[in-house]
Amino acid sequence: MSSLRPARKNAKPAPVPYVSTTNACKLCTPLGACLAFRGVEGAIPFLHGSQGCATYMRRYIISHFREPMDIASSSLGEKHAIYGGGPNLKQGLLNVLCKYNPQLITVATTCLTETIGDDVPRFVKEFQQEYAARGDATPLPPIVMVSSPSYQGTHMEGFHRAVRALVDQLAQAPASTAAVNLLPGLVSPADIRYLKEILGDFGLAGIILPDISETLDGPQEATYSKIPAGGTPLAQIAAMGGSQATIECGATLKGQDTAGQLLADRFGVKLFRIGLAIGLRETDLLFSLLEMLSGRETPRSHALERGRLLDAMVDGHKYVFGKRAVVYGEEDLVVGLTAFLAEIGVRPVLCASGGNTGRLKAAIAAVTADLLPEFPEVRGGVDFHDIAEEAQNLAPDLLIGHSKGYHLAKRWQIPLIRVGFPIHDRFGGQRLLHLGYRGAQQLLDRIINAILAKKQADSPIGYGYL
Amino acid sequence: MSEVLDTNNPETLTPPPEVVKEELLAKYPTKVARKRAKQIVINEVGPDCTVPEIMANVRTIPGIITQRGCTYAGCKGVVLGPTRDIVNITHGPIGCGFYSWLTRRNQTRPAGPDDFNFMTYCFSTDMQEEQIIFGGEKKLRQAIQEAYDLFKPKAIAVFATCPVGLIGDDIHAVCREMKEKLGINIFAFSCEGYKGVSQSAGHHIANNGIFTHVVGLDDSVNGGRFRINLLGEYNIGGDAFEIERLFEECGLNLVATFSGNSTIDQFANSHTADLNLIMCHRSINYVAEMMETKFGIPWIKVNFIGAEATAKSLRKIAAYFDDPELSARVEEVIAREMPAVEAVRAEVHERCAGKKAMLFVGGSRAHHYQELFREMGMETIAAGYEFAHRDDYEGRRVLPNIKVDADSRNIEELHVEPDPQRFTPRITPEDLARLAMGDLTFKDYEGMMPTMANGSLVVDDISQYETEKLIELYRPDIICAGIKEKYVIQKSGVPMKQLHSYDYSGPYAGFQGAINFYQEIDRMVNSKVWKFLKAPWQEHPELTAHYVWE
Repeated sequence: MSSLRPARKNAKPAPVPYVSTTNACKLCTPLGACLAFRGVEGAIPFLHGSQGCATYMRRYIISHFREPMDIASSSLGEKHAIYGGGPNLKQGLLNVLCKYNPQLITVATTCLTETIGDDVPRFVKEFQQEYAARGDATPLPPIVMVSSPSYQGTHMEGFHRAVRALVDQLAQAPASTAAVNLLPGLVSPADIRYLKEILGDFGLAGIILPDISETLDGPQEATYSKIPAGGTPLAQIAAMGGSQATIECGATLKGQDTAGQLLADRFGVKLFRIGLAIGLRETDLLFSLLEMLSGRETPRSHALERGRLLDAMVDGHKYVFGKRAVVYGEEDLVVGLTAFLAEIGVRPVLCASGGNTGRLKAAIAAVTADLLPEFPEVRGGVDFHDIAEEAQNLAPDLLIGHSKGYHLAKRWQIPLIRVGFPIHDRFGGQRLLHLGYRGAQQLLDRIINAILAKKQADSPIGYGYL
Repeated sequence: MSEVLDTNNPETLTPPPEVVKEELLAKYPTKVARKRAKQIVINEVGPDCTVPEIMANVRTIPGIITQRGCTYAGCKGVVLGPTRDIVNITHGPIGCGFYSWLTRRNQTRPAGPDDFNFMTYCFSTDMQEEQIIFGGEKKLRQAIQEAYDLFKPKAIAVFATCPVGLIGDDIHAVCREMKEKLGINIFAFSCEGYKGVSQSAGHHIANNGIFTHVVGLDDSVNGGRFRINLLGEYNIGGDAFEIERLFEECGLNLVATFSGNSTIDQFANSHTADLNLIMCHRSINYVAEMMETKFGIPWIKVNFIGAEATAKSLRKIAAYFDDPELSARVEEVIAREMPAVEAVRAEVHERCAGKKAMLFVGGSRAHHYQELFREMGMETIAAGYEFAHRDDYEGRRVLPNIKVDADSRNIEELHVEPDPQRFTPRITPEDLARLAMGDLTFKDYEGMMPTMANGSLVVDDISQYETEKLIELYRPDIICAGIKEKYVIQKSGVPMKQLHSYDYSGPYAGFQGAINFYQEIDRMVNSKVWKFLKAPWQEHPELTAHYVWE
């Protein structure tokens, strides 16, 4: 393997259709479900399966967010794998109830319990009946269930299924309100805080689901609370059916049976689907929507941020123009990032994802059509081995994605701009801003500075004035 | 214990262990409390080092948020993970492989640019629904072929995840077939996550697999007079590098490490060593026992965590080989290393003495690291393992009394006999007896509890809830555990050191490691950050105006 950046070649090799996965560019389905469930107030995520699943996912989520992440487990053993996990699930629910006194327990399945065919809804129903028969003083909180076998889809499917399950099982017959449901997708706590600020500035009552802004990025306080403060309140989820509209973010969600679709079908809540608001035009879409829903103009502070972003784009164009980028990660994130890169003059040459919805290419075409002279390679369902093979001939100048692309950056000696999840070789992943004018501004600064830093490092002279 | 307590300051008073235990159990349902009561023990060391019985290596109660991992984690993640030149393929959906992808901070040092290093890779069959329904053997076969085509490695290992056992894939048959076809060593581990009660089952399965498929394949004796294996050292944060340095300076010949900074060739040749040293008794004693039975290599327990413990372990090795030259060199190394250690130790001792530590980690680390704290003058008030067995707590003397439950019976116990050609006792029974009279005990591990103070609390498989409760009751100065506990503990205002992966730090083994650890702990327990928890206006509202004016 060459340690240097590959030269650009014209001939494209026929991609080898590997059957196995080498260095995956996706995580597993129940992890996504747990992440979404962590964004509900007072909730304890619960995995029905072997205890190792909870342990592995906790350690992975924790290493990104650097925050506590409790996930309970039904801890199935060999015996339960044969005779079924019902008794363990019930015992586990009871223990979580006693020790955490949660407002909500959210049960996600794993490949173990899906393979043996455990009927979780039946077990939970039985548990609720048995609990009622005990006549305990503590009322039983709601239990939301989602099917999330890791052999179906990626963590993003798990995430969206969990959000849908929350709405499906908790939203009630509505009293109409002026609120706006905002389903942001998997973005950072900093992104969610910023979305709240934007909604507030438009004078809109927003219901953001899930809301990990505090639960996965909480303050240091004098005392520790077992369940972190924050998250979408249950009452708000219940009220989502009465909101005036839902904004659902995710360019590859179009046509899918999502939470937003469910709210539209069941309660008639008007659904607006946009991509993740990354870059200028995708953010413009969000702000136009908010103008329409609030009946107000974009507040001056945000208009100013937009203006400063444009100003920076003009100033920074000379540094980034024509640079060739490989973008990877979750499909919706890749779409947003690609849109943004096209806007600032970077040439996305490869857009790749471990996700495999089949909708990535169309989504990228939709956001870049009028900006790119040459359409990038788009690959869904790939791993880093595929990405490396593909990018080998594309002469990339930079990589944009999560920490797992580090080895390619090292091999090719090009900068990696870390975004998304997981980030475990840098500090502050939970505070990275991707969305909106402000997020675009920060991304732009980081990309330009990475290019400048490389230029400086590569120079044998050491010019200090660039 | 009480000599370090400042009785004038109620904040440093430690509540009696009986009270603490009662508090820990108070909120549990009766049945759970009854079980946990046997896993939470107040230590009391009897005259001949007997300690109270503790319940360990039993199933975790569902819904108790445990820190334990699974069988796959113990097998692939812990034991086989640190070997750089085996292609490890996880057979299953993507999660398990992804989460064990270099997360333990095992380090390795390839001999040169042509030496394989697959540790930065994550190979998986990435099972999809189709394989769950129609079986995954075909995909596994293809994955092995692809790995072979790509890298031409010396060996490929396959690790089963939960669904594999359930759908009945015969991974061992696939590996046999591919081994024959490709002509390299290919073997599988049935380490499905649901087996056993914790990662400990996975260690055992890994031990069996390496012993069956690798150990003894290469009989060449590669020189050296003092040939040793180091077992149960995983080179977290570079520990093995420091130990290797000391071995080299002492003139000891390391044949194989299981498995920090290791290669498969080392395993294949390891049966030619003359002494096995066990670091982590829990994860690796099986291989040592089997190597003794089959090849006649005795084993001793060592500990390179702590400067004194390191010196003691080196002296034990010298005593075994009974060679004046070696002994002199070992003493020389110790004499050369200790002054630097002592200088830092004395400095941090001033600031750290009397402070209280709790350790809930591993299957040996909770024991080993007490050495380092002791050297700093710090006291371990509570400790426990995540996945250890009774012998790790109470010492191997209790082995005959341990009841084998259904979970342990599930894990195969290999039947091993002396190898007709290759069994050579390394030491005469007379010498063995003579050495045993001295400081050297063979085939023995005293366990953690006999080395702990009376009245200290020992908690097996501690839960998140119990950790929180202990913090509240004991207010320790530092807790050592893993990443899952880290932020809960820090949010409770207590510094926390990860002893699974050492955070970003290490090594902590040997003499240089001891210095690193002293400095790190000193920095943590004397940090001023906790003083800023309350903003000035919260602390002294009356001063606010003044504050602003100034």
